[in-house]
Amino acid sequence: MNLVHWLYLSVLLFSIGAATVLVRRNAIIVFMGVELMLNATNLAFVTFARINGNVEGQVIALFVMLVAAAEVVVGLAIIFTIFRTRRSASVDDANLLKY
Amino acid sequence: MIALQLLHESVSLATTQAPAETVDAGTAKLGGGGEQVLFWVMSIIMVPAALGLLFARKAVHAALGMAVVMIGLGIIYLAEQAPFLGVVQIFVYAGAVMMLFLFLLMLVGVDSSDSLVETIKGQRWMALVFGGGLAILLISVLGDVTYTAPKGLKDVDTSGNMTAMANLIFGKYVWAFEVTSALLITAVLGAMILAHRERLVPKPTQRDLSIKRIREGPVKAPLPAPGVFARSNAVDIPALLPDGSPSPLSLSRVLIARGQMRAVGTVREDVKVIEAEITPGDRPKADRNPDAASENAEGAS
Amino acid sequence: MTLLSLGSGVYQAAEGSGPGVYQAAEGSIQTGAWLLVALPLAGAAVLLLGGRRTDRWGHWLAVGLSWASFVWGALLFFSLLSYDPEQRARTVHLFEWVHAGSFQVDAGLLLDPLSLAFVLLVTFVGSLIHVYSVAYMEHDPDRRRFFAYLNLFVAAMLLLVLADSYLLLYVGWEGVGLASYLLIGFWNQNSAYAAAAKKAFIANRVGDVGLSLAIMAMFAGFGSVSFSDVLSQSSHANEGLLTFIGLMLLLGACGKSAQFPLQSWLGDAMAGPTPVSALIHAATMVTAGVYLIVRSGPVFDGAPNAQLCVVIVGAITLIYGAIVGCAKDDIKKALAASTMSQIGYMMLAAGLGPVGAAFAIFHLLTHGFFKAGMFLGAGSVMHGMNDSVDMRRYGRLSGAMKITWATFGLGWLAILGVPPFSGFWSKDKIIEAAFIGDGWRPWVFGFAALIGAGVTAFYMSRLFFMTFQGSAENKRWPKDAHPHESPLLMTAPMMILAVGSAVLGLALGVSDGLVHWLEPVVGAHAEEEPVLAVPVLITLTLVLVALGVALAWRMYWQAKVPVVAPRGSLLTRAARRDLFQDDLNEALFMRPGQYLTRSLVYVDNRGVDGAVGGLAALVGGLGGRLRRVQSGLVRSYAASMLAGVVILLGGVLAVRI
Repeated sequence: MNLVHWLYLSVLLFSIGAATVLVRRNAIIVFMGVELMLNATNLAFVTFARINGNVEGQVIALFVMLVAAAEVVVGLAIIFTIFRTRRSASVDDANLLKY
Repeated sequence: MIALQLLHESVSLATTQAPAETVDAGTAKLGGGGEQVLFWVMSIIMVPAALGLLFARKAVHAALGMAVVMIGLGIIYLAEQAPFLGVVQIFVYAGAVMMLFLFLLMLVGVDSSDSLVETIKGQRWMALVFGGGLAILLISVLGDVTYTAPKGLKDVDTSGNMTAMANLIFGKYVWAFEVTSALLITAVLGAMILAHRERLVPKPTQRDLSIKRIREGPVKAPLPAPGVFARSNAVDIPALLPDGSPSPLSLSRVLIARGQMRAVGTVREDVKVIEAEITPGDRPKADRNPDAASENAEGAS
Repeated sequence: MTLLSLGSGVYQAAEGSGPGVYQAAEGSIQTGAWLLVALPLAGAAVLLLGGRRTDRWGHWLAVGLSWASFVWGALLFFSLLSYDPEQRARTVHLFEWVHAGSFQVDAGLLLDPLSLAFVLLVTFVGSLIHVYSVAYMEHDPDRRRFFAYLNLFVAAMLLLVLADSYLLLYVGWEGVGLASYLLIGFWNQNSAYAAAAKKAFIANRVGDVGLSLAIMAMFAGFGSVSFSDVLSQSSHANEGLLTFIGLMLLLGACGKSAQFPLQSWLGDAMAGPTPVSALIHAATMVTAGVYLIVRSGPVFDGAPNAQLCVVIVGAITLIYGAIVGCAKDDIKKALAASTMSQIGYMMLAAGLGPVGAAFAIFHLLTHGFFKAGMFLGAGSVMHGMNDSVDMRRYGRLSGAMKITWATFGLGWLAILGVPPFSGFWSKDKIIEAAFIGDGWRPWVFGFAALIGAGVTAFYMSRLFFMTFQGSAENKRWPKDAHPHESPLLMTAPMMILAVGSAVLGLALGVSDGLVHWLEPVVGAHAEEEPVLAVPVLITLTLVLVALGVALAWRMYWQAKVPVVAPRGSLLTRAARRDLFQDDLNEALFMRPGQYLTRSLVYVDNRGVDGAVGGLAALVGGLGGRLRRVQSGLVRSYAASMLAGVVILLGGVLAVRI
């Protein structure tokens, strides 16, 4: 088994996650795209840990998971707060920082 | 491209110069054919699921696709000699995070769907070009890299993967670990503060609610529970008013919408059968009619 | 000031006289020579800084300091007289001035016959004019400032003639230019006067460029700018270099002495008060150019072409001044044209080399007396005629202003060159010197000088007759004129100057006294004979002078002088317009200069400001367009982020590979 294939899969998932962030308008789905990107990098880390014979890759992946979890909590809270006040979960509607 | 040709040359150069022990320099082969099969199966499942996340119209479908990807990743980690991570992936991502997402979808509105019209000009093209471009770029680079022979984690995991990881987390990276824990606490606090709703008016007490009900609503009495005064206490049987007609207030709106309400008459046969079973003497006439039962009682005496 | 080393270098000449042999000053009189400059300068400072508080006594302080300088100058003269002629060049080292690498200049004074001659002239005539001004400017509230400027001028002029290096001379040169500007524009409430002052300064400045170029060339060629070094090394220097230096010095002299082509300012300079015209623009400042040429004799001796240019300039100017002087009705402007012409004579003589240089100085000294005397007389006439300068409104003033008439008459006779008055001694010698030489030169220059003498006689007589004489019908005074004699403070200096005009020539010329006195400086000359015999020349001169006087007598004494100037011939009209010198200057320099300035302003406004403003507008416009990128839409930002990452990654990989 050529371990590079796992890296290809990771890259593919990452690109799909990036495209999701660009294309979707629902804030929650955009956030899911971000999570997909994070997970794809986790996969790459684990694969490299295996290639290099070093557990540090997995440790990094663990920390990524921790931080991502914290990020999900706060991010979703923000989305919900915005939804509560503006009754809209579309990222296009939050454009007050325009010129 | 000239660039790729150059890289190929360097690869072959590395091949000739590499030490003899390197097996199949340029590729990173490890594991057996079983993993290969696993790879292909998981890929075929996960990539469409991710594409479903990208293309699904309803948000809940997208969340489902996401969940599939998460679980798939957990399985992959397990196969990649990272059991701890695989389990944590299932717990945290497929469990907690996806649950959070679904809760939020519920709060925001399950049926909120994106319109397919793209409002920003050229955004779809940008996504296609650059997303696809990123994938192509990285895949081509990864394919041309010379890898050393993968070592696998067998040597490192002498006392088990967990121990090896714990040695690192609480040894070399203990500082990061502690800071991350502070981060988590901060995240929780942040979420609490964000979700907190400040009351503008004092919470109405039961007294206030009842006063309001007496003043406004036409119904002064509590609503009848379904099935009251009928021979059944099922939800799909209406309650009976004193004159024997079904009370419209006891009907469940949802069940009506579903067409699952039953009429009162449907339970009479069941009531007869049950009565026959429980009455000790001869009571030949099972009452089809509660009025008939009371007449019988008067006639008998 | 301590008695120190010998200036900035001593060149031991083989023997005998000649420039370059300088010895240290001896005795306290010589070493205290800096007082000559310091006293008037201190006076100027006190009067300028003191302000109104010094109004009551300021002028007397100035007069006193000026006379003090004269006294000291006289003492210096006598102290030099006690030496042998070869030892009469004394230097006083003042202080170390410029030390910049290879350019070393020490400030010092040079006391030698030439400089002392000038010192005596400047201080004597200057002090007399100081006295005159006390009365002349009596009714002017700014009299104190006037005396401050006069003292400043005296200090600067003395510095000019006493300097021992060209650089220090330049300081004095600029100083007199400044004083001239301040004094011409003394009544600067009148914008015409202020413009005249500017004109004088600018014309001077053009000349100053020449002088500074000459100094730079001296430094480049000789490595030093002191008189001792330059003058001694010029005997064996490159002729091209000497020609350049000579021409540049000539340019400087033209500017300061109002010679062709920089003579347009002298007429306008008459806008200043009459004492100023007398002192600066007759006796002293305008002679600084002659001093420069004479002092730089060795340089010119080594550059015959430059010498020829000096002579030509002198000849042209003397004819020019004579022609213009015939047509002027303004008494001061006529006298100014006369000054121009007489200095032309001096230039002519100075350019002839050792043959004529001493006579140039001789004429300079005598001219200082009679011209200053005539200017003071003109001032007296103006004083009596309500400051009117129009000669056509004068006439028969001899009866009303006797002393003025007498002193002016003596000056008139002197300038005519009538024996035994001073002009005869100096001017005739110049005419003789002009006739010395080979080839075409003596004939051309000699006859130019001769004819100039005749025309001078004509227009000076015209001036004198129009003002003081005339037949009975020639009393052309305006209704409210009451000509009266001037007070003693004004007439006394005029009388002294008239005495000088009368006898100075005799005193200096008999037994070639002045020539011998100046020999150490200008060099001895071989006695050569002019191409026409001396008695012939003297006779010719007197005949021409008589003709000129007779013509003027006919036109301006016997005949009635019209009050309104008649149209006159073409030459007359051209002469009234200074032979179109101003128009020429305007066309050649002023208009192109104005166009250049205007176009530069245009370029500055449109080009430079446009570029700067355009740049600002560009930045602003760009900013305005760029800010639209900030759409506020998160997805756009995400798209640009992704695009950036991909492009960056692609670029890095492309470069690496």
